[in-house]
Amino acid sequence: MAAPAMNNRMIKWFDDRLPIFTFMHHQMHEYPTPRNLNYWWNFGSLAGVMLVVMIVTGIVLAMNYTPSADLAFGSVERIMRDVNYGWLLRYIHANGASMFFIVVYIHIFRGLFYGSYKSPREVLWWLGLVILLLMMATAFMGYVLPWGQMSFWGATVITNLFGAFPVVGDAIVTWLWGGFSVDNPTLNRFYSLHYLLPFMIVGVVVLHLWALHTHGSNNPKGIDTKGPQDSIPFHPYYTVKDLFGTAVFFIVYAAFIFFFPDYLGHADNYIPANPLVTPPHIVPEWYFLPFYAILRAFDFDIWFMPAKLLGVLAMFASILILFLLPWLDTSRVRSGTFRPVFKWFFVILIIDCVVLGYVGAKAPNDPLIASEETVAQENEAYNACVAKADAAGKVGEDECDRPFVVQYVHLGQLATLYYFFHFLLLLPILGRTERTLPLPTSILEPVTKHGAGAGK
Amino acid sequence: MSGEGAMTRRIVTGLAATILLAMGLATTAQATGGSSVDERHWGFQGIFGTYDRGALRRGLQVYQGVCASCHGLKYIAFRNLQDVGFTEDEVKAIAVDYSLQDGPDDAGDMFERPGKPSDRFPSPFANENAARASNGGALPPDLSLIVKAREGGADYVYGVLTGYHDEPPEGVVVPEGMTYNDTFPGHMIGMPAPLFDGSVDYEDGTEATVEQMAADVTTFLAWSASPEMEQRKRMGIKVILFLIVLSGLLYAVKRKVWADVH
Ligand code: HEC
Ligand code: HEM
Repeated sequence: MAAPAMNNRMIKWFDDRLPIFTFMHHQMHEYPTPRNLNYWWNFGSLAGVMLVVMIVTGIVLAMNYTPSADLAFGSVERIMRDVNYGWLLRYIHANGASMFFIVVYIHIFRGLFYGSYKSPREVLWWLGLVILLLMMATAFMGYVLPWGQMSFWGATVITNLFGAFPVVGDAIVTWLWGGFSVDNPTLNRFYSLHYLLPFMIVGVVVLHLWALHTHGSNNPKGIDTKGPQDSIPFHPYYTVKDLFGTAVFFIVYAAFIFFFPDYLGHADNYIPANPLVTPPHIVPEWYFLPFYAILRAFDFDIWFMPAKLLGVLAMFASILILFLLPWLDTSRVRSGTFRPVFKWFFVILIIDCVVLGYVGAKAPNDPLIASEETVAQENEAYNACVAKADAAGKVGEDECDRPFVVQYVHLGQLATLYYFFHFLLLLPILGRTERTLPLPTSILEPVTKHGAGAGK
Repeated sequence: MSGEGAMTRRIVTGLAATILLAMGLATTAQATGGSSVDERHWGFQGIFGTYDRGALRRGLQVYQGVCASCHGLKYIAFRNLQDVGFTEDEVKAIAVDYSLQDGPDDAGDMFERPGKPSDRFPSPFANENAARASNGGALPPDLSLIVKAREGGADYVYGVLTGYHDEPPEGVVVPEGMTYNDTFPGHMIGMPAPLFDGSVDYEDGTEATVEQMAADVTTFLAWSASPEMEQRKRMGIKVILFLIVLSGLLYAVKRKVWADVH
């Protein structure tokens, strides 16, 4: 890779002393990229675009926002009503968080399908997961800032989780709150961290790209590039493709901002926070729902571990096991395109995650199949039976069969079990036993009848 | 890659997947709780929807004449009415009818003065305790955001206002100070039926039935919750048309750039 030709003498002078232009030319212009990337590869750059959108709108919002338990709600309404185009800024930011997560989730599932976490991209994969964790922390704390009912109660529920840890739990919770309940000090520290974390994300994104550019992009065939004939320069090929993708994505994003700006939010967050009134259903933002379902799947103790602790551990584990994925997946073939059995389990995993999200939005003990009336009738029959037995001098609870009602939490338990099964058992075994399709010898080789390389 | 056909197919699938994901998850997120609300058609729905100016004027009259004795509207300033067709003089006239506390003056005393267009609608009670004391323990919420702050939005507010009966359904015991309401969760509401036929004398001569007043004040409250809506939708249409054209152009450029690769 030679230094680019520089016509401008000033630029050349500067570049001789700090080769930043050469660097940018190598990394963003001639950076050799596999020629066969499909549109699922657009979501990485889209995530970068969203990060910039969030930071720019966030900084302007911060100029008008007041982090104080008494004033925060009103200051957000001021932004909505009195700041010029304040409503636009806020709706871009609030819906942007959702869009950011959609993009990143698609980006992650892209990686899961094409085996982008496999050698030599393990560190790249880890850095992506670190970004996901930082994003979750950022979004969680951002959602607290408008100080509505969901802000307040969401913060209360989630921070209380840390109380599940033995011995140190309560001390951690008090430390997080900066007091003995979610209050003004909590809001202030969340604001401070909400401003800080996005810039840490920027730092990790730089490392993520550094790791990416060390070995180059994976591709739909999952085989290594063998020579210059397999690659094309990033610019103009992928710059224009990414720009096109961004424009299309912005159509969807704009539809939410301008026509359904509160669709992804929760009505209760337009009620000012009130520590004395608990909303009937405390639900997190949609992008946390699958994790919320895993958290609440544990409604039983195991041995000395209380249900709450199990739930918290499982929730964290659901992301932490992804760090081990490069070793859990034992297949030597990267791309799911050539793994006929894996392909189907990949689809089931997606369905499983959607089911988890669905369960996460429901009250865990609502009946899943039976109607409320049937359940009420059965309960009535049970109570009557117990009363009769008790009156006859027997122990009613032993005599009568408690009606079993299938509840959302049961579906959640099944889906949680499947999630861990997929990563901890299925992938290690499947990698050893699956008969994969023959790999093409090069990226350039024409696509075979089996549909190799076509985006799934 | 097998040409542009496959690529278009992929864009479509990708987009569809994104939208489905968003919608699906959103619906699930919304699908929790709340009693069901009958849906009505509102002129401000849809991407071209606007607030009916006549309904806004009548709704203001209902708010001032009925609701304002219990409910505040603290995020709305009188001058905001100018955005929806009230003239400057009309706004001034509405404002001066209110007497507001201001101060302290040079001597350190608080004083009363007539309202100005930049003032916000005053709240009827000095504080929450006073509001509860006058309402049998129930707190009448500020109405500025009510349409956004309830699942079901305008349909819900309309449902509450029209959900009263002369008598509660048979067998239902209504506690002292409560009223039966079809729409309110749990059906026992601390607000006595606020609207009766002829509660206000409409300036434009419209007949003031309960349904008419409920629809008008709901429209007014929808505006007070989202005063930016008309501007937002107008801008949205332009932005999206622009983005569609831009996408088309970029797609053409992309094809041209990639022509030698395929
Ligand atoms: C006599 C006082 C009074 C008047 C007049 C009154 N309200 Fe209320 N309103 C209340 C009280 C008290 C509550 C709280 C009820 C509760 O929480 O049980 C309430 C609650 C409400 C609610 C919220 C219901 C909910 O979901 O929490 C709405 C909407 C509402 N009022 C609209 C109106 C409108 C519109 C008018 C004018 C047409 C009006 N009210 C007139 C006293 C009043
Ligand atoms: C990773 C990037 C970011 C994410 C995912 C994110 C997420 C969020 C979310 C979910 C909200 C709540 C929106 C609402 O419901 O009102 C929010 C609010 C807010 N954010 Fe961010 N944010 C990010 C970056 C930033 C940055 C960099 C800043 C400022 C420097 C910022 C400043 C604010 C402010 C002031 C609010 C409160 C105003 C409001 O609620 O609309 N954000 N953020």
